[in-house]
Amino acid sequence: MKRKTYIHGQLRPAEKLLVYILLGAGAILFAFPLFWMLSTSLKSPGDIHKVPMVWIPAKIQWANYKQIFIDAPMGNYLWNSIWYTGITVVGTVITSSMAAFAFARMKARGSILLFGLVLSTMMIPSQVTLIPQYLLFNKLHWTGTYLPLVIPAFTASAFTIFLMRQFYLGISRELDEAVKIDGGSHFVMYFRILIPLSAPAFATAAILEMMSRWNDLFGPLIYLNDGAKYPLSLGLVNFTAAYGATPWHLLMAASLVAVLPLLIIFFFAQKYFIQGIVISGSKG
Amino acid sequence: MRKLTMEMKREERAFWVFILPWLIGFIVFTGGPILVSLLLSFTEYNVISSPSYIGIDNYSSLFQDKLFYKSLLVTLYYSVMSVPFTIITSLVIAVLLNTKIRGQSLLRTVYYAPSIISGVAVSFLWSWLLNPQFGVVNSLLYDWFGIVGPGWFTSSATVVPSMVLMQLTASGSTMVIFLAALQSLPADLYESASIDGAGRFTKFVKITAPMISPVILFNTIISMIASLQVFTEAYVITKGGPDYNSYFYVYYLFDTAFKQFRMGYASAQAWILFIIIFALTVVSLLASKKFIHYEYDPKK
Repeated sequence: MKRKTYIHGQLRPAEKLLVYILLGAGAILFAFPLFWMLSTSLKSPGDIHKVPMVWIPAKIQWANYKQIFIDAPMGNYLWNSIWYTGITVVGTVITSSMAAFAFARMKARGSILLFGLVLSTMMIPSQVTLIPQYLLFNKLHWTGTYLPLVIPAFTASAFTIFLMRQFYLGISRELDEAVKIDGGSHFVMYFRILIPLSAPAFATAAILEMMSRWNDLFGPLIYLNDGAKYPLSLGLVNFTAAYGATPWHLLMAASLVAVLPLLIIFFFAQKYFIQGIVISGSKG
Repeated sequence: MRKLTMEMKREERAFWVFILPWLIGFIVFTGGPILVSLLLSFTEYNVISSPSYIGIDNYSSLFQDKLFYKSLLVTLYYSVMSVPFTIITSLVIAVLLNTKIRGQSLLRTVYYAPSIISGVAVSFLWSWLLNPQFGVVNSLLYDWFGIVGPGWFTSSATVVPSMVLMQLTASGSTMVIFLAALQSLPADLYESASIDGAGRFTKFVKITAPMISPVILFNTIISMIASLQVFTEAYVITKGGPDYNSYFYVYYLFDTAFKQFRMGYASAQAWILFIIIFALTVVSLLASKKFIHYEYDPKK
């Protein structure tokens, strides 16, 4: 009998089975926490502490989701997170793309040095600039408002500049020349050529920025002190304060509300999430 | 000197206009604050009265501050465990996902999706999963194996390992970077190795590992830097406890600056953190010179 030969990449049946078992077990492990969050959020308080464990509650408690909006200003938190994330993402992506365009396409004295500065600021931990920034915003009487969180977003981010510049370097220069011959300015070039061609770069940068803004606790924690102004991250931290013992079913419902918008967006724009992470990883 | 043409001048002007938002931000929110932070670290400043110069007192006090050492130690302990944990887990998953199997893209999604959410909600989730009395992990340990589970976040010995374990579901973002690197490796190398009779393990050690070593280094440095700045998990789950065993460096800095309003002392803490991160990055880059294989460029 002829022995089957395996070319590169092909797995023997036994190996294939092993890979499937390992990956399957791992996948269950990775998906389980979110499943448990959902399951807990739909339980009654009695189900939570029941022995043996209740995997899927017999009576689904949708009312928990109503309850959290009554017990805490979840609607406020949600709205705050949405507008705050939205406005900072727009600000960062637009200003970063402008700078990225300049660094990728224009010749100017000192541009290499300035781009070096952009890169070097990525190395500095945010804690170093944190205190002077706080003192500045405190002097301006901006603490307690969203201004310290929103305004700096409109001054680009080093990482996003880097990411978008990589993309712009790959766009053909022939179109630039065409605009130049027609007497168009760099602004025409930016708006007519670059922006339409770089939708994937915008999407990728926007999604990375959105993830970090939506999940961020530190910024809101330092600058906001009025409960009505809290975004979800900070609202959630204070969620249990009103109860005696931690109401896990409600806390998990609130946590799910806090992560659901990101998960929904992920579902539709998966490609850009993964692309963003990969570009930021492989080009760094 | 060569005179600039009209067009070059126009281009230069446009350049400055386009980078203006970044430049303003750099001066006001980055460059300026770095200088101010350095100066503040040599002062005593409580926000209300004006800062007074005290020389290197903040630094010398820090080196005698028991809590400073405790927070640094706890942070390094976390870092030393979480970096290898993240790198190894994500590399193993990436290697398995890189095999020719069905359902690859679905599996990739399952592994990656949990990593997009982080912060407060995820911290609460793990706090619930690892709840000593009612958490699912300890319940299963008891029901299936008859083991009485540990106290996880509530015990001094297990609090940091528990926070490392939390990073499991966050490893998806590192995993996709490895996966991308693995997929860009040239198949012909493996084919010629197969002809030479090399087994899977030999191929991994002799080809894969050296080829992706720059990516391993990159991921190691990135996760090391992130681990040294860990904060949210401890703030949400343990408040730094029990007994300061999850009182991470940035948590102490946060308390110094925003609970005690000792801005000078906190600035000194920030600078020491900066120096530690910088030094560790340089050391890893130098130490890796021997192991890293840079000849291969996927773009060529």
